[in-house]
Amino acid sequence: MTEIKLTPLPIDVTYCVNAVMSPAAGGIDVFIGTVRDQTKQKKVLRLEFEAYEKMAISEMEKIAASAFAKWPLLKVLLHHRTGVLEVGEVPVVIAVAAAHRDAAFEACRYIIDTLKQTVPIWKKEVFEDGEVWVAAHP
Amino acid sequence: MKIKVIAFGVAREIFGSGTIETELYTDASVGTLRNLLEQKYPRLGQLASYMVAVNSEYAEPHVVLAANDEVAVIPPVSGG
Repeated sequence: MTEIKLTPLPIDVTYCVNAVMSPAAGGIDVFIGTVRDQTKQKKVLRLEFEAYEKMAISEMEKIAASAFAKWPLLKVLLHHRTGVLEVGEVPVVIAVAAAHRDAAFEACRYIIDTLKQTVPIWKKEVFEDGEVWVAAHP
Repeated sequence: MKIKVIAFGVAREIFGSGTIETELYTDASVGTLRNLLEQKYPRLGQLASYMVAVNSEYAEPHVVLAANDEVAVIPPVSGG
């Protein structure tokens, strides 16, 4: 089972954990991304996320399918926010259930690392004195 | 043929719009489109990198474009 969602509304972390619960699971691994208050000693006011929604969903589906192919998993959930997020808010949750913890840990790491490389979602960091699209320039 | 190009993030700001239209010869490739866009918008070539997606799939420069393709400029992604 895979559940993928791109949403302008706050992510419900408890829902995400419950959604991957399974009697066959020996463990659930959860990654919760949170908005940090600074980047390179500069105070971050907020983040603004933008997505190419159709392709972001299809790329997240590819990542989930590839995780299922690499590890014996039971359930995978990827939820990602769009829009304006304040410090402490949650832009992303990955939840993975598997019969054994090694698979859950490794797949969860793989999913968030790959999401950051391939899924067409962008964040702009807004500082007190300006703003920057993360990773846009060398 | 006219190709509609959608853009996101920093690329949308460089184009000054989320959608632009550009004229290309029939059977032009993604590589041709990249060259044309970089000539017209030099700041595009100054990005760390960027990809082109055709119909929601990342497309290498050799991919041939058709008039009704959904073409998108994908600057470096930074989700998560």
